[in-house]
Amino acid sequence: MAAHARIGFVLLLMPILLWLVLLIIIPHVDMLLISLRERVGVGEYRTSLANYVTIATEPLYMRTFMRTAVMSVLATLITLLIAFPVSYYIAKMARGRVRSVLFLLCLIPFWVSELVRTFGWMILLRETGVISQFLQWAGLVSGPVEMLYNDAAIMVGLVYTSMLFMVVPLVTTLDSLDDSVIEAGYDLGGSGWSVMREIVIPHAVPGIVSGCIVVFMLSLGNYLTPTMLGGKDSLWFTEMIYSQFIVRFNWELGAAFGFMLLFASSVIVWGMLRLTGQTLERTMG
Amino acid sequence: MKNLLLTLTAGVAGTALLAGAAQADTLRLLTWGGYAPENVIEKFEAETGHTVEVTMSNNEEMIAKLRATGGGGFDLAQPSQDRIKGPQEEFGIYKPIDLSKIDADQFTASMLEATKANSTVDGEVYAVPHIWGTSGLIVNKAEAEGVKDYTDLCNPDLEGKVSYRLKRPTLIAFAFSMGMDPFEAYGDEDAYTEIMEKVEKKLIECKPVVKTYWSGGDELLNLVRSGEVVAAMAWDTGGWKLNADNADINFVAPASGALGWIDTFVLPAKGKADDAAYDWINFVMQPEVAAMITESAGNFTASKGADEYASDTLKAQYQGSFSPEAVDNIKWYPPVPAGLEAIEGGILDRVKAAQ
Repeated sequence: MAAHARIGFVLLLMPILLWLVLLIIIPHVDMLLISLRERVGVGEYRTSLANYVTIATEPLYMRTFMRTAVMSVLATLITLLIAFPVSYYIAKMARGRVRSVLFLLCLIPFWVSELVRTFGWMILLRETGVISQFLQWAGLVSGPVEMLYNDAAIMVGLVYTSMLFMVVPLVTTLDSLDDSVIEAGYDLGGSGWSVMREIVIPHAVPGIVSGCIVVFMLSLGNYLTPTMLGGKDSLWFTEMIYSQFIVRFNWELGAAFGFMLLFASSVIVWGMLRLTGQTLERTMG
Repeated sequence: MKNLLLTLTAGVAGTALLAGAAQADTLRLLTWGGYAPENVIEKFEAETGHTVEVTMSNNEEMIAKLRATGGGGFDLAQPSQDRIKGPQEEFGIYKPIDLSKIDADQFTASMLEATKANSTVDGEVYAVPHIWGTSGLIVNKAEAEGVKDYTDLCNPDLEGKVSYRLKRPTLIAFAFSMGMDPFEAYGDEDAYTEIMEKVEKKLIECKPVVKTYWSGGDELLNLVRSGEVVAAMAWDTGGWKLNADNADINFVAPASGALGWIDTFVLPAKGKADDAAYDWINFVMQPEVAAMITESAGNFTASKGADEYASDTLKAQYQGSFSPEAVDNIKWYPPVPAGLEAIEGGILDRVKAAQ
């Protein structure tokens, strides 16, 4: 009987184990091995830490990485600031049909591919684009304005792309907050702000944290948006990984970059969880 | 006993059938956009019975794809001739071409010989030429009359109206334009690094003038067509396409020489349909078929006699951009030795990150 149960357990576990081993663990081990290789001659390699030394000694790579990380954090915060009121309205104030319509409005942009969405922003922001022409038509500016190809454009693109991934967990957690608790807060003499601070936000923390983790990861690993909307100075870390792998044929350095990204994003997420006193099970479960 | 015999016969017959079926193969072609137009594929499939699956790509991605599989997944690929020798020595992703299966009479002899010489590794030939073209300048005459050479793209008068790629052709072009010869230094890593460092300085100095570094061909065409960019470094066909819409815009062969490339045919190391691949090569090199490809890709082919079939507009555009001296001045890319990309990569990253 016990043996039976064990076989059943193993069989049930099989798909997830296969998934983990074949698609995540094996490729990463391979990447790790590649990143520890150094090219010494035509088709000759030896094991060394040279790639990691390059990352540490070439200030450009560290700078680009920090830039990417800081901008991703910033994008996450902006997304949270915009998404929280929206989610609160959807979860607590809107009722019935309005609620579904609002939720649908958040969802609709995701029916088209990310490429098309980003291209939409290009059409709006470019020098001969919609916004620039409107401003000229309205007489607010005298010549064409260029709003594309800078960091602000990247930020707009990132926030827009990640909005849904913040709204959904927030709506779910806010939904689970009993309205009577908020009412009780007011009955006990709380102001709008103190109710928000003492009751709503603490209750929503798991949602906020899980939303932030997802948005942060998406921004950090985004390739399309920074490449298309970014300007001549905006180097994104994923762009560097792509060019090492594809353009420079330098898999070794590219793999080292990949590991650095994995390591650093894990550290940042871990720090975020510690800071808010959350655990991964609570936020994701 | 009777049963056994029957099974055997059936088995043999089955194998024979399979062998018969293998005659009509699926050709998995890894190529550039426009190099395998629909009408050519239809004609080829009708004539030979093979089917063709096209994957569109570019030089770097072709090699990256073949490298990832050790040369599998495709039966015929079309990297440029300077990308054969280095990757073959380093990764062994191609297999030698059996020249006896190629109809050499269909090729322009000088081009075939040049490609053979450039793609020979250990005495084996790995490529034959297909399509050639150049990169140089696309200039809007009405707005940027003075742009004659790559370094003119640094003119502060054009601030915010210039675009080029951050890729190796730009480095090479600027080096030539600054009076150096990077091809001469290909074999000497130190000399090459020195040249590239000078180019890096120049490109950083020129950065304020640049609107954006373009990455896709269509992106650039949009920028020039809308008038947001008036001078750019790009391919000849892009310039001719724009010229058809706006007569002020055209491709200009730079004073220091346009950069010439030849895209080739190579057999990936683990290709499975070599016969279909040879059939395709011999098929598309026929002058009439080559002209159809020229029509769709915009570039001329190495097929002998195909020029007669090319459209008059294209011929006129070509002659408008290239005087006979400009043709002689084309700098053809020699094979890139393995390892140069790492030097160039560092330079390009630093230029992109410079403030």
